[in-house]
Amino acid sequence: MNEATIRSPADGWQNELYDLLRRHDVTQFAYVPDAGHQILIDRSLNDPDVFSIPLTTEEEGVALVAGADLGGARGVLLMQSSGVGNCINMLSLIKGGRFPFLTLVSMRGDFGEGNPWQFAMGQATQPVLEAMDVICLRVERPEDVIPTTIAGLTMAFKGQQAVAVLLTQKLIGAKPF
Amino acid sequence: MASDVNTDVIRALDDFVLERSEAVPAVIGRHEDFLIVVGLGGTACDVGAVTGDAAHVYSLGGAMGAACTMGLGLALARPEKRVLVVTGDGELLMNLGALATIAVMDPPNLSILCIDNGHYGETGWQKSHTSLGVDLEKIASGAGIRRTATVAQETDLAEGTRLLREGNGAAFVLLRVKPTEPPPFRRNFDACSQRARFHMALAAQGVQR
Repeated sequence: MNEATIRSPADGWQNELYDLLRRHDVTQFAYVPDAGHQILIDRSLNDPDVFSIPLTTEEEGVALVAGADLGGARGVLLMQSSGVGNCINMLSLIKGGRFPFLTLVSMRGDFGEGNPWQFAMGQATQPVLEAMDVICLRVERPEDVIPTTIAGLTMAFKGQQAVAVLLTQKLIGAKPF
Repeated sequence: MASDVNTDVIRALDDFVLERSEAVPAVIGRHEDFLIVVGLGGTACDVGAVTGDAAHVYSLGGAMGAACTMGLGLALARPEKRVLVVTGDGELLMNLGALATIAVMDPPNLSILCIDNGHYGETGWQKSHTSLGVDLEKIASGAGIRRTATVAQETDLAEGTRLLREGNGAAFVLLRVKPTEPPPFRRNFDACSQRARFHMALAAQGVQR
């Protein structure tokens, strides 16, 4: 087995994370499929009380969660770091409208990455988000996932900020090649 | 070689005959029946001329491509309200995948009206792809939206109006209009105050957040 391998999703925090988002009344889960978010996506698909929304590109999700807020609902955008690059201009809507915005980003092009294609956007993810006034909270240890996401939920939905929780490759592992 | 486009499929100008200042109000009808998200550009003026600067309208001044999925998020959040997205051909072309996403979710309370003048009016009236053969109704239909129509003649207007208001799934109406200036309207560019006002309008209707 490869030394750097994706940790088993049965680690537990993914399920806890879904329950946490639900307890905070998140009812719209928008995503472009990603292995790092598999449990959240699957849980949302099997939850009759939420909408699980597959996107063709991540920027759709930025506009979607703004629309959810307009109607008084809470959405979250699940994406990979490469998808952050697809969102940039759409974040004008979040900034201009001061919409609450929470995204969970599974990182690539980060700690232990072996695919050279992933580095450009992976390394640019945080600077690019911060350039659009999205606050980045990096998570490197399993025990920090839930407290960091609680912080992000509070900052987004009470503090009316745009927040990205970056699930780093130290946390989720590097995909083996 | 700029003129070397596929001339066989260039849509004849006589396909774009309706006056936008008449056709848009006619196809929307009583605008208070909807929560409205309207995309940027001349389309925002088309809607503004109908609604005024109203609390149940969220008018975008940028974030090109946002209107359709913003309307989707709103429609999913407020299933008891009918949501109308109004967008232009240029904006819709930028985010065609949104039609696929909307088709997959198929909310019964979401209608899309695309005002298609075949041009990018704000940037100097360059032809858009819809003047050059692209048919957005076919794309919507191909994406899986089951209820679609093209309104290109006055006789089509009633069917367009009906489709925007009735049915049990997402609807798409392509309204083809003459490439003329939109009606004069002073747009509200404050994205933040529009959001607050929209929330207050929903609260006034008894909607709990």
